Amino acid sequence: MDSLKHWMLGPQGSAYANDVDVLYMFLVWLSVFFFALIVFLTVYFAWKYRRRKEGVLTPNISHNLALELLWSIIPLIIVMGIFFWGFNDYVRASVPPNDAIEIHVTGKKWLWAFEYPDGTRTIGNLHVPVNRPVKLILTSEDVLHDFYIPSMRQKTDVIPGRFVDLTFTPTVAGRHQVFCAEYCGKSHSDMMANLFVDSPEVYEKWLIEGDPELQTMPPVEVGKMVYENKGCNSCHSIDGSKNTGPSFKGLYGRVEKFTDGTSITVDDNYIVESINNPQAKIVTGYEPVMPTFQGLLRIPEMRGIIAYIKELK
Amino acid sequence: MADIITTPHISGHADHHDVDYLHDGKGLKSWLTTVDHKRIGVMYLWSILFMFFLGGVFAMMIRLELLTPKETIMSAETYNKVFTLHGAIMVFLFIIPSVPAALANFVMPLMLGAKDVAFPKLNLFSWYIYMAGAFIAVAAMVTGGVDTGWTFYTPYSTTTDGSVALMTFAAFVLGFSSILTGVNFIATIHKLRAPGMGWFDMPLFCWGIYATALIQVLATPVLAITLLLLLMERSFGIGIFDPKLGGDPVLFQHFFWFYSHPAVYIMILPGMAIVSEIIPTFSQKTIFGYRAIAFSSVAIALVSFIVWGHHMFTSGQSQLASAIFSFITFFVAVPSAIKTFNWIVTMYKGSVAFNAPMLYALSFLLLFGIGGLTGIFLGAVSVDIHLHDTYFVVAHFHYVMMGSTVIAFLGGLHYWWPKMFGRMYSEPAARVACALVFIGFNATFLPQFVLGSRGMPRRYYNYLPEFQALHQASTVGSWILGLGFLIMAGYLFASLRKKMDAPANPWHSRTLEWQTSSPPITHNFHEIPAVGGGPYDYYRPVGNGRNA
Repeated sequence: MDSLKHWMLGPQGSAYANDVDVLYMFLVWLSVFFFALIVFLTVYFAWKYRRRKEGVLTPNISHNLALELLWSIIPLIIVMGIFFWGFNDYVRASVPPNDAIEIHVTGKKWLWAFEYPDGTRTIGNLHVPVNRPVKLILTSEDVLHDFYIPSMRQKTDVIPGRFVDLTFTPTVAGRHQVFCAEYCGKSHSDMMANLFVDSPEVYEKWLIEGDPELQTMPPVEVGKMVYENKGCNSCHSIDGSKNTGPSFKGLYGRVEKFTDGTSITVDDNYIVESINNPQAKIVTGYEPVMPTFQGLLRIPEMRGIIAYIKELK
Repeated sequence: MADIITTPHISGHADHHDVDYLHDGKGLKSWLTTVDHKRIGVMYLWSILFMFFLGGVFAMMIRLELLTPKETIMSAETYNKVFTLHGAIMVFLFIIPSVPAALANFVMPLMLGAKDVAFPKLNLFSWYIYMAGAFIAVAAMVTGGVDTGWTFYTPYSTTTDGSVALMTFAAFVLGFSSILTGVNFIATIHKLRAPGMGWFDMPLFCWGIYATALIQVLATPVLAITLLLLLMERSFGIGIFDPKLGGDPVLFQHFFWFYSHPAVYIMILPGMAIVSEIIPTFSQKTIFGYRAIAFSSVAIALVSFIVWGHHMFTSGQSQLASAIFSFITFFVAVPSAIKTFNWIVTMYKGSVAFNAPMLYALSFLLLFGIGGLTGIFLGAVSVDIHLHDTYFVVAHFHYVMMGSTVIAFLGGLHYWWPKMFGRMYSEPAARVACALVFIGFNATFLPQFVLGSRGMPRRYYNYLPEFQALHQASTVGSWILGLGFLIMAGYLFASLRKKMDAPANPWHSRTLEWQTSSPPITHNFHEIPAVGGGPYDYYRPVGNGRNA
């Protein structure tokens, strides 16, 4: 039974996820029962009373009040029970406890940015400590998005010009998947994030030092990680193909022409400027759509992405 | 109708009135200027079937693209346009007009014993408006396409490129066609029932169409207003929905679903109406619980106006609103359950034949069962939060829209085909096609429930590798489904090349449309029928010996 539940619903990340799954599985068995009843009655009546002779008259059974009340009232009672069950769980899950960690989330085409209480900022990776309630406060910079953590059975639309919250208490350490679940355009299906549920010690250490790999990895590999995790890859290819933004392949040292008629040979400073202030110079043939990453990259990460672009000849 | 009390000749008829409607006038012009509800119904039928084909091609492209993650046959931009066009075409150009404007236009006046609808010219005008809307929609497709999804959610729809304005305008225009058809049918049902036919002597199909027409007339103007506001914001920058201009994007969703939830019932009620005809005919049995079925249609129509917020549990609407909408939503379960059990029990002690229309009606019972039961999952707020905007929702509404409405439409098409065109199609081929459609449909959409409950969001071009096996099962299912439709197109077209061979009443039905020739004469009946008795009096001999 548990393996069926796991196959249907995937991993659970919180106690609340299990509450949702219990109701879900109740509904599955309820549906199986009623569906079996419909199939049985349909097939049984259809076959038992199949036409054996043409032109027969059939009894005039026009209605039966008791039966009809029966199959109105029983479903009504069942669905009212389901309403209260679902509503009760929903209300419980929507009220954040007072000791919840508050993390700000910004959605924009097509990445997720996070800002922690101590000012730490990340893109694409959300770190939270295990067994502590988390209250995400979400907004969007452009169109509607939706922050969806399947393992927590939680999601909310993310709306420009408004703050909404999402509360969960992770109980399972490790990586959890985050999706954008509200259609937002071209790279909607790549607008994902990782939720890392850490032990409290690892979480505290991470807030200070950032990802531990940053300390020991060669810069090119740091750059590759930044490229994949911070959303560069949704617009910039590494194989020379044209995407929303210019490809990184062969970018370093190339002469880029801009819409204002000027041009420049790509170097470290141009890359830094393009990351922090992407609207400063727009390469001809592209739209000015890149959001700023000012303050979102630690220095080793910035060095890493420059080294990575240099490598892509 | 059991008792057509034939009145003596009221008046003599000119000879050409005895010609069947297909041969009363030749050439394209006689069709384009006709005010005959049967010809208009047939013109609608070919129009919507073409749109169904177009929407179907887009559906096959979607499934093929999803065979592998990342690019299979098209780019992300193309994919986004393809799924938008699939949805918009199927909803606005196929399903909404399918049963009312095509089938009911043809058969409802016949069922009522009327010569035509109440406003024949308005009826033709509705078809022209539909065609205008269809051309504008096609123009939007070829001049850049639309990538907003059929829901046009703001602020994406007011800021993206493409022909959003044109497509929105097309939906706006199509709405008028829908409203005028609704007005026409309400008037027809009120005023043109044959002498002696009380409200409860009407075939249940007419009750279903009446409930549908009420929603069309009351809800569609809201869509028109919403789309007009969207156009004004997009074209003139008037801030209504975009927060950058001081608007509210959630307001759009309230407006949109205030129409589009009732529209769900504009789509399903006619399907239920068809099933309410097919089951008694092929069971040769009085329908069980006539009044319960009639009133539950009207109840569903009324409740449909106050449940729109269940599309918005994750939208940021207040928790109180979500609770209220969830509560009311569950009431839809009751009339749906009543109908389902009444249809099934109608077969009890009947004389059940398994011709193609009945196979579709039986398929409907099972598929609507799944569509309805999975709706309960989505009505429960906590479970919906997890399932919202995933493939579970996609699967659920395809079970209702396609598994129920389209299957019932196909049942109706096969049921009334001999009446409309005077020809029988190949019954064995029709059974094979029905089986393929049933199997293919389930193979396509059952895996999507599991995809959704495992967390696969909808409208995804790319997906994680763990979802691939279920996506592939779904895509293979779509091929079986496509094959079923190809066979269907084959034998239906083949039947049109034959000589007319359909008897007036091949299914031995008692409703009035079968009491005239196949195809019917231009004025439907030689004498205006007078009615005594119910539409499903299979317990007594035909006409008590009075008529055939």
